[in-house]
Amino acid sequence: MSSFGRKLIGGVLAGVVMMGTVGCGSSNPLDSSSSQESDASTITIGSANFAESEILANMYVQALASHGIHAALKPDIGARDVYIAALKDGSIDLVPEYTGNLLQYFDKDSTAHSASDVYSELKKALPSKFAVLDQAKAEDSDSLNVTKSYSEQHHVTSIGDLSKINGLKIAAAPEFATRPYGITGLKQQYGVDATLIPINDGGGATTIKALLNGTVQMANINTTSPSIKTNNLVTLKDPLQMILPQRVIPLISKSAESDKVTSVLNEVQSKLTTQDLMTMNGESINDKESASAIAKHWLQTYKLV
Amino acid sequence: MNWLILNCAQILHYALQHMLLSVFPILLGTLVAVPLARLANGFRLTRSSIYVASSVLYAIPSLPLLIFLPALLRTKILNPVNIEVALTIYAIAIMLTSASHAFLSIDPSVIHAADAMGFGAWKKFFQVELPLAGSQLLAGIRVVSVSTISLVTVGSLIGVNSLGFFFLEGYQRDFPLEIWVGIAATALIALLFDQILAICGRVLMPWNHRRVTRERSAA
Amino acid sequence: MNVFSQTLLWLGDASNWEGTGGISVRLVQHMQYSLATLAITCVIAIPLACYIGHFGRALFVIPVINALRALPTLGMLSALALIFGLGISAPMIVMVMFAIPPVLAATYSGIANVSQTTTHAMRAIGFSEWQILWNVELPTAFPAILGGIRSAFTQIIATWTVAAFLPVGGLGRFLIDGLAIRDYSQMLGASFLVIGLSIAVDVLMLIVQNTIERHSRYSQLTTQS
Repeated sequence: MSSFGRKLIGGVLAGVVMMGTVGCGSSNPLDSSSSQESDASTITIGSANFAESEILANMYVQALASHGIHAALKPDIGARDVYIAALKDGSIDLVPEYTGNLLQYFDKDSTAHSASDVYSELKKALPSKFAVLDQAKAEDSDSLNVTKSYSEQHHVTSIGDLSKINGLKIAAAPEFATRPYGITGLKQQYGVDATLIPINDGGGATTIKALLNGTVQMANINTTSPSIKTNNLVTLKDPLQMILPQRVIPLISKSAESDKVTSVLNEVQSKLTTQDLMTMNGESINDKESASAIAKHWLQTYKLV
Repeated sequence: MNWLILNCAQILHYALQHMLLSVFPILLGTLVAVPLARLANGFRLTRSSIYVASSVLYAIPSLPLLIFLPALLRTKILNPVNIEVALTIYAIAIMLTSASHAFLSIDPSVIHAADAMGFGAWKKFFQVELPLAGSQLLAGIRVVSVSTISLVTVGSLIGVNSLGFFFLEGYQRDFPLEIWVGIAATALIALLFDQILAICGRVLMPWNHRRVTRERSAA
Repeated sequence: MNVFSQTLLWLGDASNWEGTGGISVRLVQHMQYSLATLAITCVIAIPLACYIGHFGRALFVIPVINALRALPTLGMLSALALIFGLGISAPMIVMVMFAIPPVLAATYSGIANVSQTTTHAMRAIGFSEWQILWNVELPTAFPAILGGIRSAFTQIIATWTVAAFLPVGGLGRFLIDGLAIRDYSQMLGASFLVIGLSIAVDVLMLIVQNTIERHSRYSQLTTQS
């Protein structure tokens, strides 16, 4: 390439970067969240590696910001084990969670089943450095799904019906292998033998593809995912309540807790419904809206900002 | 297209993070590897161990390295320092070999001449060896730069976000555009850094550039 | 350190080696994937480099393919996974894509380094282009080609671990699945295996390279005599 050509490319690149900076610099939704973790007055909110968690984290960040509490965002940290470790070591101060799975994480042997029991048990099971705020009405649990044709062909409507099937493959995130509601629980509670096909998309498109093309017979999908309805999937019944109620709940580090943070977030919690989660997931997965835009829209709808 | 416009702030934010995360490993890796390679070149044993060391370092899979560094460095797990250290290790691995080759490629008679003229070790290094190995060192740094900028994205798997964020989010949402934008932006940063390095090379080593132009005009 | 003894326990536990998700299976898969990647890479890169190097045509291909290195592995994996769906094709294409540059560059420079005088002379005494390539250029370039293959191979072995971000097998499974549950011993154990595999392959290739280099000098002599 001629030196003129190189200069040209250099110039164009510099131009693009500058234009971009000028063009969007003012409306940066992440401005309030740029990483200044050392700042004591900043509360850092993390999220798990799936869309809904990211949206919830954005909601909390924006709600706090509108009340003058500086909040930073660390989205897409990973699976529960990873972001809990991040919460423990102070990398983050708060993370959106789900009651049942969180309870099982801290107390494998808990026998609580109702939403309120799970909530009170969870409070007891938490490590001393952690606290939870109010649980929302909104619920998003793991669920085991098969295609309609598979359900009809093999007469499967409940998880227990699977125990007679050999060579069962299930698509879920890698951590499903060891979860009480995962491979372990399936074996212990229902006597179901299943092989995990680990897919890292939080029950997203690839998981659905694997289910529809028969790579797997069953998939773990969040109940608030729009794809269950879109694809006419059959969600298997769970009579033994292996999967606990999963209300949305903020898990917070006690060091970051304050009356103001609690009251702002509890107000968000009090408004959130399961239907909202479904709508917002649809906006993310179908309309490809950004998590921050979806969160903002929701907060405006409920006049929380 | 619409997505691109709506999300340009976020794209720029991560592009900036990406560049910040890339700069230190490239610089630090070079600053460590170049003198180390020069020192090791002096002895046959250390010279050959350089090649072994760099191929072992380069064979370390990036993910576990990123996970174990917090335990070794006693840093928090989302601290960007972890990925900076990991990328510096890879940068050193690449740069050690190419710097060693660069210094070896210097015509020994020039070194002897410098010795004869009474150059001390430091003076010889800065005024003779470094300028002569310069263009090959620069080529090595450019490889390090491209590789580092690509590797930064792996950090997204452990929650240190760069443009790699778009790969994971796009994959989860079955949204190829988001992923391609991330890829294009990463490649653009690689190109930008490469051009900056080339310009630095031309400013610091004008003789190379002049020679090329002369050759070209002669041809 | 405690993690290290746990890792040794993980590696030493026979039950971890057995079964469909066991270490043995993953190790074999990893080798299979890597060898297949290398084979595909060579089939594409070597003839292409021969063509470019021998005829001096389509030289623009070299910088274009080198520019592919600037594309992030993780991004290409996610993008192609959405296009090609589940299965091995998406990661295989990405791995081949990143393995081609070293092999192509090494082969090309090996062939292009053969002196023009030699090739002109051979042409003058009636050798066909094919004969020149086969009898002189390829044997001369052979050490360089092997060097390229060697660096590509170790790179392939290390990079396949990232591919486990997608639902494929190989040793990367232990890394990605271990990451999800922060199972250090599993991740560290698998890393040792990957590093060991990569060093073993590197040493093996080095031995092959040295042996063939000696042999190729000999064969060159016979061609000349």
